[in-house]
Amino acid sequence: MADVEEPMAVDSGCRDTGDWEGRWNHVKKFLERAGPFTHPDFEPSTESLQFLLDTCKVLVIGAGGLGCELLKNLALSGFRQIHVIDMDTIDVSNLNRQFLFRPKDVGRPKADVAAEFVNNRIPGCNVVPHFKKIQDFDESFYRQFHIIVCGLDSIIARRWINGMLMSLLSYEDGVLDPSSIIPLLDGGTEGFKGNARVILPGMTACIDCTLELYPPQINFPMCTIASMPRLPEHCIEYVRILQWPKENPFGEGVVLDGDDPEHIQWVFQKSLERAAEFKITGVTYRLTQGVVKRIIPAVASTNAVIAATCATEVFKIASSAYIPLNNYLVFNDVDGLYTYTFEAERKENCSACSQVPQKLQFSSSAKLQEVLDYLTENASLQMKTPAITATVDGKNKTLYLQTVASIEERTRPNLSRTLKELGLAEGQELAVADVTTPQTVLFKLNFTS
Amino acid sequence: MFRESARALCKRKRKRNEFKSGSVDMASVDKGKATKEQKYDRQLRLWGDHGQDALENAHVCLINASATGTEILKNLVLPGIGAFTIVDENKVRGEDVGNNFFLTKSSIGRNRAQAATELLQELNSDVSGNFVEESPDQLLDNDPDFFHRFSLVIAVHLPESTLLRLAAFVWGAGVPLLVCRTYGLIGYMRLVVKEHTVVESHPDNALEDLRLDHPFPELKKHIQSYDLENMEKRDHSHTPWIIVMAKYLEKWRSEHNKQMPKSYKEKEAFRELIRQGIRKNENGVPEDEENFDEAIKNVNTALNPTKISSGVEELLQDENSKNIKAQTSSFWLLVRALKEFVEKEGQGSLPVRGTIPDMIADSDKFIKLQNVYREKAKEDATAVSNHISALLQSVGRLPESVSEQEIRLFCKSSAFLRVVRCRSLAEEYSTETINKDEISSCMDNPDSEMVLYLMLRAVDKFYQQHGRYPGVYNYQVEEDIGKLKSCVNSFLQENGLAVNVKHDYIHEFCRYGAVEPHPVASFVGGSAAQEAIKIITHQFVPFNNTFIYNAMAQTSATFQL
Repeated sequence: MADVEEPMAVDSGCRDTGDWEGRWNHVKKFLERAGPFTHPDFEPSTESLQFLLDTCKVLVIGAGGLGCELLKNLALSGFRQIHVIDMDTIDVSNLNRQFLFRPKDVGRPKADVAAEFVNNRIPGCNVVPHFKKIQDFDESFYRQFHIIVCGLDSIIARRWINGMLMSLLSYEDGVLDPSSIIPLLDGGTEGFKGNARVILPGMTACIDCTLELYPPQINFPMCTIASMPRLPEHCIEYVRILQWPKENPFGEGVVLDGDDPEHIQWVFQKSLERAAEFKITGVTYRLTQGVVKRIIPAVASTNAVIAATCATEVFKIASSAYIPLNNYLVFNDVDGLYTYTFEAERKENCSACSQVPQKLQFSSSAKLQEVLDYLTENASLQMKTPAITATVDGKNKTLYLQTVASIEERTRPNLSRTLKELGLAEGQELAVADVTTPQTVLFKLNFTS
Repeated sequence: MFRESARALCKRKRKRNEFKSGSVDMASVDKGKATKEQKYDRQLRLWGDHGQDALENAHVCLINASATGTEILKNLVLPGIGAFTIVDENKVRGEDVGNNFFLTKSSIGRNRAQAATELLQELNSDVSGNFVEESPDQLLDNDPDFFHRFSLVIAVHLPESTLLRLAAFVWGAGVPLLVCRTYGLIGYMRLVVKEHTVVESHPDNALEDLRLDHPFPELKKHIQSYDLENMEKRDHSHTPWIIVMAKYLEKWRSEHNKQMPKSYKEKEAFRELIRQGIRKNENGVPEDEENFDEAIKNVNTALNPTKISSGVEELLQDENSKNIKAQTSSFWLLVRALKEFVEKEGQGSLPVRGTIPDMIADSDKFIKLQNVYREKAKEDATAVSNHISALLQSVGRLPESVSEQEIRLFCKSSAFLRVVRCRSLAEEYSTETINKDEISSCMDNPDSEMVLYLMLRAVDKFYQQHGRYPGVYNYQVEEDIGKLKSCVNSFLQENGLAVNVKHDYIHEFCRYGAVEPHPVASFVGGSAAQEAIKIITHQFVPFNNTFIYNAMAQTSATFQL
């Protein structure tokens, strides 16, 4: 068999799609042989491989630390019809783990470079890149996939895709149509810790069911930052939050850019000055950058473990070879290696996946601000910038919206008005939109007094 | 000759900012340095510059560039290991390319070590990659010292006889060995190191070292300088909770025969005592004093007696700390010095750690309190340093051979010192010293991950007897189940293990046909690489000594065999 010279440069031209003998030996055993631990639905077949190669469509969300590993793992497991979405470009600090990228790729879109690399290295693999945000796509896009795997670094994004898959579910006479379920696999890592979970929308616990597993990010209290710093971090936050907007060191309206070394250098110097004032030690350039950019440490190994776990689950689900993980695994290799597997439970009144209507209980003399605070502070809702609308006197009225400056200004007075004053009635439905969900959430308003 | 080039490359990589070719000029060195710090930023925040230096001075050997092997190396090359050498005599086959990201169709027929080295090297130009086209058996026959130069040897998919030979050589040479394999949906790792010491274990949830039960003189004096009752309101609300608690503790102890609050009831009463200290406004309503809330919240943990953990106590009493010789390592010298400190200046306690958590307080009060702890930590470290100097002198070594920095770091980490000692493979595999108790007790649950270990031992026996693994070809599966079952039974019998291995596992292991699915190999790759980094950097704690991953159930377990 003549061997074709493998081009070293990335080349979008002629691609070898031919298989060679033994290529899928490591995969076929699980598709073609019966076994004692297989899924009850499993039937050994020589055609399953073809399904994986030609038909099964998988979406990978994120082409970073987890995404690169996922693409490699899926491609080497027989998946060829893969799409990948990532809105970011490549940074130097990605290179210690995002192995599909090289120094020459810095600045290019992650999705594009990742797809090129994998398609080039794995003949026949057809990764389609999307240099976009997940919110740029609608139901018709997501509906085409058999399985979706996430390697995201944002809880908001996770909740959004979670909500999107919920919106695809169809119920007939109150019974969930299984063909409308798209399994969602979600992986997350931070330093030496990681987790992987399997979500079957409408059936198992979803992202929002277990929101308390993600404790809200702790920010330092303003009084500490403004007048009582004790740690070097407090000094850095002072410069970032208070001093920068006041001094505008790089021009009026120029926002602090954590990726600009000159900006960080300025913050670093000013932080040293602030620290000296209070006799605080420990401000370093590295700490400054870490605080400003909210950097989370990361290594290749943890990403490899979590992505491998997710990819194994994708294979199990696509092939019915084994019963999938039910449904949450945590991993930690600080001291030895530790995994813990458990079944996360659905929340009865989950705002994302339960059919239970959401309630709001307030006094009719409560101000709209209180409702807003509840939506953002409640541990199960944790909304970010909710927009509230209601039908008043037959007309759809925006009560408050903060993501568009002009509307925010116009509706701001409503925050200090009472619910009664705003014309809201007992049993009224409020529609709330937020970045954490692609669909509006309906709340039923009950007056306590 | 390979040996020279590897050593030379190693020496060159020792200098952090050198480039592989061309002369080194300062401008490009600085630019190179900056880029490395940027590139490795996310991992430097985990193991620091000194950890990175250790990594860049290391040279690991991988035996067999199967998917498991290359995945392990990938996770060492990316973070910038100094050098790697792949030992593999095999030629690349079609199925090798199918599950290995670092082999391509054009590598088929070429030597596997060479082919994999190229694509692994390409991942990171800071790393130096080498290959040897020989089998480990050949090397052990002709040049056993070959393995002695490495920081760590990683052996993947070696047959039992070769593995035991290799293990005996590296055990004798004091080179750590990490054995890894992927067998169907099962991952396996075995760490073989005589003694591995860890100063920086970075524990996840460490208790603070506040000394509230036995305040040292400077702390006592500092506490005394506060007069809570007569403070201005603003000062009262911004006094660190440590001071608040210390004050009320004084009160409590004066009323309770110098005893600390111990029982649940006593701690509740103590909390109430603190609560009563919260200032009230004109209407008798308690003010908002967050520092007092913090004191109340911390009653549970801050009153824990200052005690040396049993783990550290064992180290202080260890043989190595008792018998100091000229060749004794810095670690054991420091332990001995620590022991002398505990017996003398420490009065039964370790050196003060010197750190306190953040708390509601004004800057001045917090910094002053922090400095009291910091100064004491420095003082204790100096005392330890004096003990070290005396010890070094007593064995004819220079006092500078243990640096001040090392001493300070050791003192700060003294409560978290760890030593990992693994049994040799010879001990694990000998019928006389096999860990029967561990195996039997785990197998009380017949689905414990231990059954997977037994199956791996059985397939190795199968390989010894039949020259192949079970179930590789479809037509073999049926018959091999029976043959594998005999191997299981004879293994259990030879080792006096009265356990039941369910038939399902024997069937499953024949079904696997010894394949190496990529995702499972990748899981092992990530796990093993991090253990390797722990060994090389001496930071974080390695596992001891057998790790099993079950991708079917997504569970894992660690056994000491």
